[in-house]
Amino acid sequence: MNIFVCMKQVPDTEASLSIKDGTGINEGNIKWIMNPYDEFAVEEALKLKEKNPGSTVTVISLGPDRVDSTLRTALAMGVDKAVHVQSSEPLDDLMTAAALAGAIRKTGEPGIIFMGKQAIDNDSYQVHIRLAEELKVGVATNVTAFQFANNQVTVEREIDEGAKEVIELALPCIVAATKGLNTPRYASVMGIMKAKKIEIQKLSLADCGVASVTNQVTVTKYTIPPEKPQGKVITAEPAQAVKELVRLLREEAKVL
Amino acid sequence: MSKIGIYIELKNNQLKKSNREMLTLARRSSAEIHAVVFADDVFPYLNDLAGIHTLIQVPDQNRPYEPDRYAETLAAIIRDRQLDAFLAAHSAQGKDLLPRVAAKLKSPLITDCIDLDPLAGRAVKPIYAGKIWGEYQVHGDRKLYTVRPNVIQVVEAGGAHPQVVKVEAAVVEIRTRISGVKRPDFQKIDLTEAQIIVSGGRAIKAKENFVILDDLAKVLSAGVGASRAAVDAGFASSDMQVGQTGKVVNPKLYIACGISGAIQHFVGMKTSKVIVAINKDPEAPIFKKADYGIVGDLFIVVPLLKEELQKQQ
Repeated sequence: MNIFVCMKQVPDTEASLSIKDGTGINEGNIKWIMNPYDEFAVEEALKLKEKNPGSTVTVISLGPDRVDSTLRTALAMGVDKAVHVQSSEPLDDLMTAAALAGAIRKTGEPGIIFMGKQAIDNDSYQVHIRLAEELKVGVATNVTAFQFANNQVTVEREIDEGAKEVIELALPCIVAATKGLNTPRYASVMGIMKAKKIEIQKLSLADCGVASVTNQVTVTKYTIPPEKPQGKVITAEPAQAVKELVRLLREEAKVL
Repeated sequence: MSKIGIYIELKNNQLKKSNREMLTLARRSSAEIHAVVFADDVFPYLNDLAGIHTLIQVPDQNRPYEPDRYAETLAAIIRDRQLDAFLAAHSAQGKDLLPRVAAKLKSPLITDCIDLDPLAGRAVKPIYAGKIWGEYQVHGDRKLYTVRPNVIQVVEAGGAHPQVVKVEAAVVEIRTRISGVKRPDFQKIDLTEAQIIVSGGRAIKAKENFVILDDLAKVLSAGVGASRAAVDAGFASSDMQVGQTGKVVNPKLYIACGISGAIQHFVGMKTSKVIVAINKDPEAPIFKKADYGIVGDLFIVVPLLKEELQKQQ
């Protein structure tokens, strides 16, 4: 089976960000990482390959040249092939899905495509669903359990109040992972060495069938949200402090 | 006249609070409001929806949510009735559904909006886990949005009952089949829409100790959350995680117990109206971000807080 992972490179979760030219971020000091939800996608793809010998795992990422380093991370974890869709300008979700669909079609007939449920930069939660529509396949989002048997995928999707939907999908399909699905492996030293020798395939947007970029959604401005003013620390014996806290919550904050 | 559509999400056959928030938002413009509800009987909702133009009823024989059927039906309604904008809550269901509708229509969608002018196509959403607010412009005839719950202050408005129009659910090829729903032994309060959340961090030390927070939460009718440190240490399940790789929440009261306040966690709860921190370490960063803080051992302070609240009830 051709197993795919669509992956995005994002700033480290600990990064402190500043705004550049009103509509972008300063990239100078940023450490770039694999989108944490995509790590679950890579791990699940590798587990599936281990159970289905002869399968190939291909990771695809769209973005500027810096995404190569994160594609190498995926290769070091054990992914077989990496495809870089080159785009230096930002694409909206519809354009991104169209480009990814083009890259997948060019690479091979997909079986299962794993992705994260959202990328932690734009937190958009829609590329996987738009990709499914482009490819006319089923998609389950927010997945915490995955099973593949008798050519059918069964997943659990976390909804609210601790409940989970059980979802069945025929192949090909897209599975969008969230935390709880698995524990991503670390790259081994041997994996890192091996990854260095693998050539990353380069595709242009035109190669993926995207002739020109017309975004339906554009950024007009980035702002840093206002900071909360420093609050009150109640200094008293615990019993007294708790009394005072409850009074403040009732009378001052009026939230009780 | 412009038209704004709203997806009405029901829970236990009642309108969710997020629906009232979206109605409030839509009423700020002079557009006709068209609400869509999948229900066999809409009579119970007519008072809630008083003052809107049309209620579009999709009789659905009590069938549960199914993404393909719902998405195709909504896409057809938006297309046929020429709705200029369409809103749904950024809830577990709304964020699964609206991207599917947008994909079918090839229309733009901005998710998780905290402010917007639906007709003008201007929206603000937190990005990079809320470290930055992005302002966006949507281009296109049909503009779709999901709206973060608990952000918009509900303003009730009266008026006449809407006209009710029936639309049949679309018959579609089901690619994503929901075969069942697993419910936990006891129902948890949904964190993304909770009014009060009690959250525990690494200092809780063990899974069993969460019972202290559960007890406080019971008194407050609160949801129970956790920091990534607590989840990664195995003290809490991953669906409880608040933060950049967990849930983004904005209750009116967030009580952080034994949480140091790493940026990873803070970005997931910083829009809470009031943040309370309980932590042994006076230097913990959480105190810089909390509205009220108590420096003390959570194992002493939390039970006292529970007693105090019980006393006053």
